Amino acid sequence: MRVAGKGLIDRTQEVKFRFDDTLYRGFEGDTLASALLANDVRLVARSFKYHRPRGILTAGSEEPNALVTVGSGAATDPNVRATVQEIYSGLEARSQNAWPSVAWDAMAINDLAAPFLGAGFYYKTFMWPRAFWEKLYEPVIRRAAGLGAVGPVKDADHYEKAYAFCDLLVIGAGPAGLMAALVAARSGAEVILADEDARMGGRLNAETLRVDGQNGSDWAASVIAELDAMDNVRLMSRTTVTGAYDGGTYGALERVSHHCDIPYGGVKETFWRIVAGRSVLAAGAIERHIAFRNNDRPGIMAASAVRAYLNRWGVSPGKAVTVFANNDDAHRTAADLVEAGVHVAAVIDSRIDAVAQGDYRLIAGATVTGSGGRKGLESISIATQSGSEKIMTDCLGVSGGWNPTVHMTCHMNGRPTWSEDIASFVPTPGSVSGMHVAGACNGVFSTAGCLAAGADAARVALREMKMSVADVDLPEADDSAYAISPLWAVPGKGRAWLDFQNDVTVKDVKQAAQENFASVEHMKRYTTQGMATDQGKNSNVAALAVLADATGRGIPETGTTTFRPPFTPVALAALGAGAQAKGFAPERKTTSHAATIAADAPMIEAGLWYRPSYFPIAGETNWRQSCDREIGYVRNTVGVCDVSTLGKIDIQGPDAAKLLDFVYTNMFSTLKVGRVRYGLMLREDGCVMDDGTTARLGENHYVMTTTTAAAGQVMRHLEFVTQALHPEWDARIMSVTEQWAQFAVAGPEARDLLNGLLDAPIDNEDWPFMACGEVGVQGIKGRLFRISFSGEHAYELAVPSRYGDALFHLLRARAEAIGGGPYGMEALNVLRIEKGFITHAEIDGRVNAHDIGMARMLSPKKDFIGKTMAARPGLTEEGRGQLVGMKPVGTVKQLTAGAHIYTDGAEPVRANDEGYVTSVGFSPTLGHFVGLGFIRDGLARHGEVLQMVDHLRGVATQVEICDPVFFDPEGGRTRG
Amino acid sequence: MAKLIAKTPLDGMAVLTIGTVSIEEVDLGVLTSVAPYVDQASDAGAALKSAHGMAWPAPNRATGKEGARAIWFGRDMVLLAGPAPDASLATHAALTDQSDAWCAVQVSGAGAEDVLARLVPVDVGFARFKRGHTARTQIQHMNGSVTRVGTDTFVLMVFRSMAGTLLHDLRRAMESVAARG
Amino acid sequence: MRLQCPICGARDVREFYYQGAAVMLERPDPDAGEAAWDDYLHLRDNPAGEHAELWSHDAGCGAWLKVRRNTATHEVYSAVLTREVKR
Repeated sequence: MRVAGKGLIDRTQEVKFRFDDTLYRGFEGDTLASALLANDVRLVARSFKYHRPRGILTAGSEEPNALVTVGSGAATDPNVRATVQEIYSGLEARSQNAWPSVAWDAMAINDLAAPFLGAGFYYKTFMWPRAFWEKLYEPVIRRAAGLGAVGPVKDADHYEKAYAFCDLLVIGAGPAGLMAALVAARSGAEVILADEDARMGGRLNAETLRVDGQNGSDWAASVIAELDAMDNVRLMSRTTVTGAYDGGTYGALERVSHHCDIPYGGVKETFWRIVAGRSVLAAGAIERHIAFRNNDRPGIMAASAVRAYLNRWGVSPGKAVTVFANNDDAHRTAADLVEAGVHVAAVIDSRIDAVAQGDYRLIAGATVTGSGGRKGLESISIATQSGSEKIMTDCLGVSGGWNPTVHMTCHMNGRPTWSEDIASFVPTPGSVSGMHVAGACNGVFSTAGCLAAGADAARVALREMKMSVADVDLPEADDSAYAISPLWAVPGKGRAWLDFQNDVTVKDVKQAAQENFASVEHMKRYTTQGMATDQGKNSNVAALAVLADATGRGIPETGTTTFRPPFTPVALAALGAGAQAKGFAPERKTTSHAATIAADAPMIEAGLWYRPSYFPIAGETNWRQSCDREIGYVRNTVGVCDVSTLGKIDIQGPDAAKLLDFVYTNMFSTLKVGRVRYGLMLREDGCVMDDGTTARLGENHYVMTTTTAAAGQVMRHLEFVTQALHPEWDARIMSVTEQWAQFAVAGPEARDLLNGLLDAPIDNEDWPFMACGEVGVQGIKGRLFRISFSGEHAYELAVPSRYGDALFHLLRARAEAIGGGPYGMEALNVLRIEKGFITHAEIDGRVNAHDIGMARMLSPKKDFIGKTMAARPGLTEEGRGQLVGMKPVGTVKQLTAGAHIYTDGAEPVRANDEGYVTSVGFSPTLGHFVGLGFIRDGLARHGEVLQMVDHLRGVATQVEICDPVFFDPEGGRTRG
Repeated sequence: MAKLIAKTPLDGMAVLTIGTVSIEEVDLGVLTSVAPYVDQASDAGAALKSAHGMAWPAPNRATGKEGARAIWFGRDMVLLAGPAPDASLATHAALTDQSDAWCAVQVSGAGAEDVLARLVPVDVGFARFKRGHTARTQIQHMNGSVTRVGTDTFVLMVFRSMAGTLLHDLRRAMESVAARG
Repeated sequence: MRLQCPICGARDVREFYYQGAAVMLERPDPDAGEAAWDDYLHLRDNPAGEHAELWSHDAGCGAWLKVRRNTATHEVYSAVLTREVKR
């Protein structure tokens, strides 16, 4: 119910929203949780395992119970914490984990079976028979498992990632964080202040404490206004810093549009990577519960949350409130309620010496032993010094003390330290390099202490960065001590809950210890304590205290489980933001791309490049027809193909030749200017890295080509050689792949076609096979290379890329005019297989020069990368696979790449394996399939008939092993 | 003679404005990578100064002005953007024509920094990245070059083949910045 | 993780390509023998602690760096250009 005169909500702005299809009204500034409590909705969820009725426990991101699904369809957002979700007009939320409804949930039957479903139930029960796993256990468990459900269709919302940089990152905008930010900002530092709440101020917004003579929330607002006006400060509200990473990098999730309808072009969430010189962690503390019988009933809440709902949202979660505590702090809840005119039935304090802080009934030295009510709290039972008592109450605020939010200090292997003073863990100093911890997350619980600690932390951080520090006065504030006497669980029968989200009881933890899952990490996995979305923020410390007691160890010796990022759940969509659809990877398009698409050519990806498969023409019904026709162009007239994607590397300098001699197995210093040579490049381990042609354009100027796939690797390799192995060599390397649009013009009519375009005609004498040089193309300066990947009389013509589109159109038109045309990758592949030319299908990283029949290219006259290791026995001995050609000779006339080769008649199993097929294609020139592959000692086995079996595709045939050069073995056509 | 028509990487895209940010393809003129040979950096610098009137830029800096810039472009390399390189440079440095290899886009407007913060993993805030500062870094998934040429104006460069992706990534970031109002 | 590129300054690790142990700088002579080459190519220490590595600033200036780094804490002690490494 609303309480008049309380809260920071705007009561002039009514907001209508729906929860489980019912229309409710709240106010601007409400969270879904506060608005539901204002409407007296207490039952909001069912627990994960036993489907017990659950209500709102907290008022923050640590909420274990009140998980809802917001939106529907492509905008479904499951597991949203109602305590964090701001309401807005049109918000639609539903409860989860309940069917048919949260009030009448069929799976609540599990609760009756609870005696059988204790810790380790799954491990013990679903062991055997083994065959039942896939058929029965797993499907049933999977259906019942999981929190919430993802939407039925692809998430249509946008997410983004972004980078931010600052001198000081302040995590948390409570009193400590605000002071830290203020000191750093006034000192002139670049400051980012991040807070997960929509309204900065932290507990100052949830308390009635005064700072600097004014309301705490007013003081916070004035500081925030000052910071907001400064150019060197960035305020990031609704932003949870989720993790601390190496080198001062922090991850942070900004909930950009969860509090409104996403505007056009907007994003739902932004995942920030913040790089900070230093950080101040002022993440506050989280109140913990006390376990007692049936302590999970809706209406039982954190005492601090009851106070927060009253002071910040003007809501009392009950009409007759009780408080159960072991510390002084929780008494504020009773005092604030009384002050606001809400009836406080009693405060039960486990400490015999507790003193009332207001006009309410205090029962000191007592504990709550149980609760009553059906789907919400109606009464509690207490054990007092003199006996027992039943108190009627519809809301019980519980406080077992405060746990500093140490999480972020543990993200880089840090472990927290136990503090007897506050009966909790505090950060171990220096856990995260560059991070200073201040305020409640460091175990300082008074407002004055937090303000001072925040200012101190900022000063230290600024001095470490050698920045000046401005004088900032500390405001006056409450400095009362925090008195606590530990109480983890009230003894007694029945189920006393620790982890509400995963339904873990005190008994479960004790049972884990009994069954020797005594390590805290084992206990966690055995009981599921501290798993899922809340990661046990309310419950872990109590659970390990119970474990410590059950195992007879102290809490420090028991230790904590490992705190890992993220602090709160982060959607994968946010982590992978920007990588959806076209954002996944850059698209590299050649200059002929538009013309190729216009010709309806299907594209295939080659690395990041897009290349045409084939160019269909009217009447063709499958790709093979197109491919065969295009092969015919090259073999009979002329074909044109964009080969710009091959890597092109400009190498200049007095030592350019020396460099090439070192990275290639063969000689390039002897290459004449104006000539091209094929080169083979090894890795240092003796296996082939890449191959390609290199042209000598001048005495000290070469241009190397690489395969499309290996361009980046080769570039990096060349840089390594020149920067790391031989920095004394004077050679400069530059990628020119993108500078030149380069087209293969291949076929008997290639020269005729070119002579129609070039400014000066060429002939065989001036431009023999492997010649290169500058040419004029329609007045444009280009480069011409007489090289061939098809075995035909062929050239590659390069012009600056701006002319690529125009040249492609021109080449294509000229080719078509004489019966040729463009060809794609399919034809290119068959053409090269017919000639036995290799690609990375053959040089797959495991083969060496001997294997591909290029041992003669290993120059004996010089050292080169890979030379020594290429000579080791393992790479040269008999029994290795050697490159061969294959043609089908069985009844099946097809070859398939990836198939394996076995001795004819032998069983096709690994023990009989003789090799494999790397590349195949149907040769229209020869009228049969041709294939390349590696056969054990294959060079000596030409003419043998073996069997090919493709186990995956179910293809088997007989193949004849032959020379890999199927077509024009003398090479007359190339030179013609 | 059939004339070969030149096309820019973005083929003359119109200026695109979303919110406070505009992008347009820019023609930086002749682009030449200038990579001094061993021990010749100072001679190359002197040649650049005397031939083109620009100081040799330190790492992460650009010199010159619109129409003629020397942009630091990587280890031991400067990109001369604008004039055709003077022959004297070739004595001291490897010169490579890059005029057609890069797509250059100017990003300008009050929100330009915010747009770049969504794409570039280095600090391009004015406090640390002033006019004349440049960086070789990533632009989303692409390796590229980012130079601040004015208070709210940057020039981004990526390989020509990725021009479409640059446009896509910029547009997405611009929309998201604009939607924040 | 961030690496201090001697040329570009501190940069996110996403800009770098990782090669492996800095042993690769010490290329043996062609006739150094099998053991030396085996060592150079294959045998690597796997220290939980300080480690010398090679990184390439692929997305930045293109420099190859020798980086001394703690594999357990990810602390980076130094990053120098390979061409300036004394051999």
